[in-house]
Amino acid sequence: MKLDTQRIMLNVLLALVPGVSALAYFFGAGIIVNIVVAGVTAVTTEALILRARNRSLNTLRDGSALLTAVLLALALPPLLPLWMLVAGTAFAIIFGKQLYGGLGHNPFNPAMVGYAALIISFPLAMSSWPALGEPIAFWDILITKAMPNSGIDAVSGATALDVLKFRGALTIDETWTADQGFGHMAGVGWEWINAGFLIGGIYLLATRTITAMAPFGMLIALTVCAVLFYDSGSSQSLGSPLFHLFSGATMVGAFFIVTDPVSSPDSAMGLWIFGLGVGMITFLIRAIGAYPDGLAFAVLLMNALVPLIDHLRLRRT
Amino acid sequence: MSDALVILLGTIFVNNFVMVQFLGLCPFMGASQKFDSAVGMAAATTFVLTLACAVSYLLEHYLLQPLGLEYLRIITFIVLIAALVQFAEMVIRATQPLLYQVLGLFIPLITTNCAVLGVALLNVRHNHSLFESIIYGFGAALGFSMVLITFAAMRERQTAADIPGPFRGAAINMISAGLLSLAFMGFTGMNG
Repeated sequence: MKLDTQRIMLNVLLALVPGVSALAYFFGAGIIVNIVVAGVTAVTTEALILRARNRSLNTLRDGSALLTAVLLALALPPLLPLWMLVAGTAFAIIFGKQLYGGLGHNPFNPAMVGYAALIISFPLAMSSWPALGEPIAFWDILITKAMPNSGIDAVSGATALDVLKFRGALTIDETWTADQGFGHMAGVGWEWINAGFLIGGIYLLATRTITAMAPFGMLIALTVCAVLFYDSGSSQSLGSPLFHLFSGATMVGAFFIVTDPVSSPDSAMGLWIFGLGVGMITFLIRAIGAYPDGLAFAVLLMNALVPLIDHLRLRRT
Repeated sequence: MSDALVILLGTIFVNNFVMVQFLGLCPFMGASQKFDSAVGMAAATTFVLTLACAVSYLLEHYLLQPLGLEYLRIITFIVLIAALVQFAEMVIRATQPLLYQVLGLFIPLITTNCAVLGVALLNVRHNHSLFESIIYGFGAALGFSMVLITFAAMRERQTAADIPGPFRGAAINMISAGLLSLAFMGFTGMNG
């Protein structure tokens, strides 16, 4: 059992490589710094809690803390101040996982707990992504992250989801030409990042590390919602289906977040409901919510419904 | 009709009385220990809350305001809610003896559910019409029921979890409620 968990986690980490490489290619080494710092924080936090509970440190080897840290870190802006990164990761591990008794008992996805806590506490820092194609020297990244007010100005650009949301009365085509941040399908870079995670997801499906119900449910719901509200690009349009599929956290969410076996239902029917719910709420928050991307909140809300979904299924049979 | 839908969805999700406005926390914590009693509590509260909104509207507009007695609003509504709860108790005892046994002490507690009084008072503040008041109360009750039942299912699952000693019981429930509230913040800004 332990070995199995470890192998699954390693497989998932391996599948993250294409997406993370794309992120690092477009946004620079800050992403890698985030992942390393979050990883160290997560493992240290988990070890401290296990120590305080007089438990064996062996459970650390299952790699789940590391995976939580990586999933959280790759959703964070590369120049996020270090102390926020550390606080968010520690919050995810402590409140999202360890207080419930560790892996297997957590009702919510710990990485999403950390993300939601961070975006509510530090909305500005959490939505400052650096502009594409303007590489920042490695030392400057470290200095900016350690001392946020040190005076090094990172040029910040809005992500494609932000631009779409706050474009005023422009039509989709006008937005596309007015803003350099758009590529073929979605935001420049973001489409490649999502493609990278999609490749990883296909690898996970092929190796049967994950099942297809929840990811497909989520992608189908997102596509259907986007089709229903896409009026071929007027100023009221909410973005094309392709745009939504290849923007923000769509692919990493579909194949790496909603597939978490602990915080998702344990029946096929339940997994479909779970995935469809995540897709719909994600679209809803992107369309009319206050936050640019809704994946984290969608996952947390559906996580909360998981015990109810399982309960109702058991009761019927 | 679409206005009614906006009020309904708004009170269920965006301004959920428990998770966003933090009203009605006592029954939320108190009645969510068992799944079945949570369902019963949800049904009883829905009944009382919806009825309270309708009757409090009538009292406000046909008794208190014509007589200039607005300063008696709080006490009038409290008495009204207490009477409705008595009524609900009699109905449940007569029709559902089993549910009455499960709920027992909780039914009188609906009286002290601050969400019930809160919704009645908010109706007055928002100048809702009779129809809007009823929808507002019904939506608030549905939101309360949804959260209560969801939370009860979550708590039932946690009985098997290996929760650290100091955090068992009330502490972990507070943390779960906090994380659930965190999730509900995703609906921020959706007031149509």
